[in-house]
Amino acid sequence: MAENTFLQGTWFLLFGVLLVGYAILDGFDLGVGMQHLYTARTDRERRTLLNAIGPVWDGNEVWLITAGGALFAAFPRVYATVFSGFYLALMLVLAALILRAVSLEFRSKEPGRGWRTTWDAAFSIGSILPAILFGVAIGNVMRGVPLTADAEYAGDFLGLLSPFAIAVGLLSASMFLMQGGAWLQLKTEGVIRDRARRVAVVGWVATLVMWVVVTAWSRVEAPGLWDAYGSILAWVAPAAFVVLAVAFPLLLRVHREGWAFLASSGIVAALVGTLGIALYPVLLPARGSGESLTANNTASSDLTLTVMLIIAVIGMPLVLTYTTWVYRTFRGKVVLDEEHGY
Amino acid sequence: MDAEQLARIQFALTVGFHFFFPSITIGLAGLIAVLETLRHRTKREVYDRAAVFWTRIFALTFAIGVATGIVMEFQFGTNWASYSAFVGDIFGSPLAAEGILAFFLESVFLGLLLFGRNRISSRVRTFAAWMVFVGTLLSAVWILIANSWMQTPAGYEVIDGQARLTDFFAAALNPSTIPRYLHTVSSALTASSFVMLGVSAWYVLKGKHLDVAKVCLPIALVAAFVGSGLMFVTGDMSSVQVANTQPAKFAGINALYETRSGVPLTIPLIPPTQDLANQEPGPRIEIGGLLSFLTYRDPNASITGLAEFPVEDWPPITITWGAYHLMVLLGTAMLLVMVFGAWFLWRGSVWRRKTWLKLAVLATPLPLIAIMLGWTTAEVGRQPWIVYDLMRTSDGVSVVVPAEQVALSLGLLVAMYVLLGGLWLYLVRKELGHGPAPAPGAATAAEPAAPAGLPPGETPGETPPQAAQPAPSAG
Ligand code: HDD
Ligand code: HEM
Ligand code: HEM
Repeated sequence: MAENTFLQGTWFLLFGVLLVGYAILDGFDLGVGMQHLYTARTDRERRTLLNAIGPVWDGNEVWLITAGGALFAAFPRVYATVFSGFYLALMLVLAALILRAVSLEFRSKEPGRGWRTTWDAAFSIGSILPAILFGVAIGNVMRGVPLTADAEYAGDFLGLLSPFAIAVGLLSASMFLMQGGAWLQLKTEGVIRDRARRVAVVGWVATLVMWVVVTAWSRVEAPGLWDAYGSILAWVAPAAFVVLAVAFPLLLRVHREGWAFLASSGIVAALVGTLGIALYPVLLPARGSGESLTANNTASSDLTLTVMLIIAVIGMPLVLTYTTWVYRTFRGKVVLDEEHGY
Repeated sequence: MDAEQLARIQFALTVGFHFFFPSITIGLAGLIAVLETLRHRTKREVYDRAAVFWTRIFALTFAIGVATGIVMEFQFGTNWASYSAFVGDIFGSPLAAEGILAFFLESVFLGLLLFGRNRISSRVRTFAAWMVFVGTLLSAVWILIANSWMQTPAGYEVIDGQARLTDFFAAALNPSTIPRYLHTVSSALTASSFVMLGVSAWYVLKGKHLDVAKVCLPIALVAAFVGSGLMFVTGDMSSVQVANTQPAKFAGINALYETRSGVPLTIPLIPPTQDLANQEPGPRIEIGGLLSFLTYRDPNASITGLAEFPVEDWPPITITWGAYHLMVLLGTAMLLVMVFGAWFLWRGSVWRRKTWLKLAVLATPLPLIAIMLGWTTAEVGRQPWIVYDLMRTSDGVSVVVPAEQVALSLGLLVAMYVLLGGLWLYLVRKELGHGPAPAPGAATAAEPAAPAGLPPGETPGETPPQAAQPAPSAG
């Protein structure tokens, strides 16, 4: 395997950073959507939940779009192989994301009960499906997929639904559920907050259980991933996961909601980091005879990577600045406004 | 049908459906920013209600633009994997840049505009409106760079079966980027101002929501007039550009078979067919030397005909020619309506011109139709190439995706899009029927007879009297 250049390594890292940003931010609003029907029962409660993510969910989703664009630009062969190989699964994700976006926008436009419950249901399905399917996709990347000599996907749709991949799907869904519950601690009060708290705890337990399952199982299903963990430095990410996973329920208990949300976000980042360290520099391992797709053998030209780096270095600090500013503007509990908002 | 044809249908449908919404949002964002600025400067609350009203329509439209845009972002990988692997080095970065430099800006500031009313100052609100507009303009820059590169590739070389970037600025500012950007952004501005104008004219005719209609109509009319005029200026730039860089497309647009000089502008009364070589030139209208003149500013200039190209490199002629000519026809109609409108506005009589107001209502969808025709001209005219002169569309399609799966996703998307389109129409109609909020203090939502009540805390001196405007006699 050829060595990575500095630029290729940097883009591997930046792609990871975009995924972490996505998993943390859209993670909480997917998590809110997943528990919508349980946590919010009356119309007022449901509107409160929707408005808790209203100003920010679209910006959160842009992390996914940007990650997709960055993958296309930096590692086009990976983009092409993964997206055409996981065709039906991706179409399902897209359909779910469309449904989700419009349910948010349409739901409160009509007073009818039937109308509103239908969109409430669409909103939660549109949140649950991607939360699981993203994990299933990651599970397949962990196991590796069969590749032809031309680096095309050689399996079929059902091949993507291995029990291991589904276990990773459950892990990602649990994690988002915890993340959503933690977010609602900051944005809501009273009965919704109590329910969301229960959801956060359930999500936390499920995350721990699935993490143990997936980690143990990966020794069998994806032994290659363990190679990186010969180095002590690699253990930083799993160690962070364990520390934060212990801290999360304690912080919830002492009502440090802001810190609890940060801990939960840290858990998400640590999990993505654990995987990134294990994979590096491979982006899509081949299962069987094919050659794995790596940062080195799929990267775009140095010129393209440089241009994109310049764009990222100029753009991302700006994005982070105004995003932080807007989150600060909206801090505190949701106040329902009859005229504006959802 | 094979996977390639299905993928093409899916692409055309999804991008056409997607672009319908940005066509409205790009310009509407600008018009809303103008209304917000007027609100901030004059402190007249009618601008506040106008801005809030149009922002509601904007948000509905934007949501569908977002939902359908994600499909576009991933579709290159799912359906056009061979294409993506071939051009990723060049085509991917504008898509990534669009996310970083435009989509974040649009979505974050729209969130602020929609949900932040009670949390931000008047100045910040105005600023947010402008940022949303800047975001849409930037997003058009990047996506059109990507598209233009497929039309007129530049700044690359092909190494090991992959297009590799050699010069970023040459690739980004390829020959068609600037004309395409100007033409597309003007078309979006035109489309949204026709919408605002049509709605305001309809309110004036019905005698409803007059205070808001009266501030929106002049702004929209001026924008629609300027926009319609710009379509000709920028369309001319596009034609010249196509003639220079895509001669087969240009010949297809104009159904020219033989290369000759002093080409007349020809409007055949029977549409040309693919069998151009053997088709009898039927009855037609001709203006001597005009096409040569328009293209090369010289009535005797020579224009390349399709005879110079192998038949397998010809674009579909009937569609390309038809779409182009209909676009120009619609553009002419739009400009005519707006010339009269501008004249009436200048004379101050526009409020009484019932027939013209009705025309303005009827003209609402024309730019949107012309936009679809324009894209059809550009994209079908590019065929059979996915990257002009470099890669054929049939070589760009994903090899591992079977036709059944494409059919399945196509079915799913069509079903969803029909539903979305229907719901969007229903909700927009509802918002329009409901209209902007009534003036505070007005007895009914209908016509506030006296100048609208002043918002609390405002001194009368800051409020120009509304009666200064001519009272409409219509309705
Ligand atoms: C000239 C303008 C233009 C054109 C040709 C296109 N779009 Fe678009 N797109 C926009 C102008 C736009 C916009 C004005 O920026 C939108 C409309 C609503 C919105 O949210 O932003 C948008 C939304 C939008 C989104 C959602 C962004 C968000 O979540 O905020 C994505 C992912 C795309 N687009 C991607 C594409 C792709 C891959 C295209 C080509 C195949 C495409 N668009 C054609
Ligand atoms: C937004 C308005 C647009 C419309 C209405 C539009 C319309 C179309 C149509 C009608 C086709 C089918 C042509 C055929 O198969 O005969 C097509 C194909 C295509 N267009 Fe566009 N287009 C638009 C913008 C874009 C943009 C912005 C891009 C790229 C960034 C793009 C890239 C493509 C690709 C990849 C195909 C598929 C392959 C092909 O058939 O050439 N289009 N488009
Ligand atoms: C009235 C005179 C017009 C002329 C001479 C003209 C010319 C052209 C030409 C030559 C193209 C193809 C560009 C290419 O393939 O690169 C084009 C595309 C297009 N036209 Fe027009 N057009 C006119 C009016 C309009 C109007 C009124 C609209 C809509 C309001 C419109 C919207 C578009 C769009 C959206 C495209 C596709 C984007 C692009 O390729 O620039 N055009 N036009």
